[in-house]
Amino acid sequence: MTGVIDISAPTSARVAGMPDAGVSPQPPLLEVRDLSLSFATARGALPITRNVNFTIAPGERVGLVGESGCGKTVTGLSLLRLLPPQSARIQGDILFNGTNLATLSPRRMRAVRGREIAMIFQEPMSALDPVFTVGDQISEAYRIHFPVSRAEGRERAIAALREVGIPAPERRCDEYPHQLSGGMRQRVMIAMALICKPKLLVADEPTTALDVTVQAQITDLLRSLSERTGTALIFITHDLGVVAETCTRMITMYAGEVVEDAPVDDVLTRPRHPYTSGLLRSLPGLSKRRGVLTSIPGRVPSPNAMPAGCRFRSRCTHVVAGCEQSQPMIEIESGRTARCWRAPELVLPGAVN
Amino acid sequence: MRDLRILFPTRDGRDTVKAIDGMDFEVCAGETFGIIGESGSGKTTLGRALVSLLPPSHGKILHDGTDPAALGISAFRKHRRDYQIIFQDPNAALNPRMTIIDSVVEPLEIMGEGDHASRHRRGIEVLERVGLAAEAADRYPHQLSGGQKQRVNIARVLTLRPKVIVCDEVVAALDVSIRGDVLNLFADLQREFGLTYVFITHDISVVSHISDRIAVTYLGKLMELGPAEDVVEHPLHPYTRALLSAEPVPLPSHLRVDRRIILEGEIPSPVAPPSGCRFRTRCPSVQPRCANEVPAWRDVKPGHRVACHFATADGPPPDNQKAQRAS
Ligand SMILES: Nc1ncnc2c1ncn2[C@@H]1O[C@H](COP(=O)(O)OP(=O)(O)OP(=O)(O)O)[C@@H](O)[C@H]1O
Ligand SMILES: Nc1ncnc2c1ncn2[C@@H]1O[C@H](COP(=O)(O)OP(=O)(O)OP(=O)(O)O)[C@@H](O)[C@H]1O
Ligand code: SF4
Ligand code: SF4
Ligand SMILES: [Mg+2]
Ligand SMILES: [Mg+2]
Repeated sequence: MTGVIDISAPTSARVAGMPDAGVSPQPPLLEVRDLSLSFATARGALPITRNVNFTIAPGERVGLVGESGCGKTVTGLSLLRLLPPQSARIQGDILFNGTNLATLSPRRMRAVRGREIAMIFQEPMSALDPVFTVGDQISEAYRIHFPVSRAEGRERAIAALREVGIPAPERRCDEYPHQLSGGMRQRVMIAMALICKPKLLVADEPTTALDVTVQAQITDLLRSLSERTGTALIFITHDLGVVAETCTRMITMYAGEVVEDAPVDDVLTRPRHPYTSGLLRSLPGLSKRRGVLTSIPGRVPSPNAMPAGCRFRSRCTHVVAGCEQSQPMIEIESGRTARCWRAPELVLPGAVN
Repeated sequence: MRDLRILFPTRDGRDTVKAIDGMDFEVCAGETFGIIGESGSGKTTLGRALVSLLPPSHGKILHDGTDPAALGISAFRKHRRDYQIIFQDPNAALNPRMTIIDSVVEPLEIMGEGDHASRHRRGIEVLERVGLAAEAADRYPHQLSGGQKQRVNIARVLTLRPKVIVCDEVVAALDVSIRGDVLNLFADLQREFGLTYVFITHDISVVSHISDRIAVTYLGKLMELGPAEDVVEHPLHPYTRALLSAEPVPLPSHLRVDRRIILEGEIPSPVAPPSGCRFRTRCPSVQPRCANEVPAWRDVKPGHRVACHFATADGPPPDNQKAQRAS
């Protein structure tokens, strides 16, 4: 099996043996406060997310799931300030170890990006540069932050490729992205993201293109890295099985808002928001083979025509008078919140029959 | 279209990367044919070859009895319209400078089908059926999320209504609810127009739900092929068994049992695949014979083929380690 990338960053002493997240309360590594994102378009401002709030403790692994297009990727990108500056508007605070990344100067942001927070993208081909070898690109990701020789950079790149399970890394190192299969490219991305041992890794569907055996290796790798070094993980995915096996907490988004935030085991068994429940009930394993797959009827409202009150209202089978009121996140039990005023009384089915 | 035959040995790449190294199977008209397998095992390459985007370097692919490689240019262009692929990478087929609706109707335009207004109508209609509001039509690819782009690609191919669609990992980037909608749409079109699907995916729960038959690939070769239910419920090949065991299950931890079979070692390089059985370097059931002899591609049960010396109709050979522990 692949182990953890074991290349200690020369200039930083590692915190050994991070206490288990959740056991002892500690200051959060990341605190996102009222983050609202919008894009300037030809037809005016297009609101995307609204008042997104969440915190991530050191070493915590959080799954971020939700409707396609609800704003998961843009939220992830905003943490690294990677949204197109000409069109994206960011409101709210992104506190990382107490520093507000939302207002950090571009120069200081560059020192954080890749070193403290790294991101693995959904589409490896567009994130890799076609004209450089994968070895050069991985080595460069390291040399931006640590002044080592080219030769050492190459050695580290080879080691990193080996750690993510790429066969013949000495040879693959000199290949170009187009020579690799989709799965291999994603592993190259992971090697690149982990080479500086960041404190927070934002992984945007990193295993979507991988077969399940490689996926299991990668999620094991990410989990053991996070357990050993205290790297926190935001895992954006549509694979609820991966969330179940990799993460400690699950945040569900719908139409640009967080609608539920809960420990993974609890939410799989008993979701509190009707959207989360609908999502879990859409798993193919719960429908008859070759039969019609369950899905949530209706469509997400368009960003320009968001209804007042609960944004899930037009699709919710539990809607009553009162749902048109604005819905804050409410605490249902310690560590569990949902954006639905009926959540305390509703009994909703989860992923278990 | 009756029996679409695809015989597919060897594509030797530039430095003889044996991406597909001898495959031999047929896809029947109107069926959904699932392909699962290791990353890099050649599924995308196979998919591209199936729709004549890549010439086989050896062997033949027959579409409904005709060899597309033997057609003249204009006949080939007309022919290709009926054999379409939806790519794994949603960016691959979208022109960044074209609006979504222009991308969607482009194939119709190239084929000269309908007039401008009717093409536009059809494009919007299909966009809506894949869950994209009409307002997405005037946007550009970079203004869409990954799953939205993937749905544009799906719409693009669906407007053409080809006979055969190769779907290369097309629903993995969609949330489970929209995934259900898109798969239901695929099933409706199949019922309505008799479409044939070749469905490449890593998601075993999806492939087992929608496929009639499933093929399992490893390092450029087929390991197993049979009725979907049999392959998923009673796999005969040790690789299939390992693959199925690694599927992550969305259950809370107290309901999960760790039945994962960990494949030791690295995936061998396709440049120099292992002798004998390609899976032998990682096979938990390996025997000395596996290194010397290529396992025959044989029928073990009616319609259920496997490439392993020791697989029987009852299942794959026992796991060596487990057998050792037991004795
Ligand atoms: N540059 C942009 N200009 C305008 N709109 C944009 C831009 N980038 C993204 N969007 C829109 O913002 C919304 C959120 O996109 P995002 O990529 O975050 O979705 P997502 O939740 O990651 O979805 P998926 O699961 O499909 O990847 C989408 O509706 C998308 O169309
Ligand atoms: N243009 C190329 N030049 C050289 N090698 C290539 C080329 N295209 C593909 N390959 C190699 O062929 C093999 C099969 O690649 P392919 O993309 O078909 O795999 P796949 O099964 O689709 O994998 P994945 O599940 O990761 O998408 C890989 O080892 C890949 O590196
Ligand atoms: S607030 Fe009302 S409409 Fe919204 S999720 Fe709760 S019950 Fe459904
Ligand atoms: S032929 Fe041998 S190595 Fe190959 S799958 Fe069968 S037992 Fe394993
Ligand atoms: Mg996304
Ligand atoms: Mg592929």
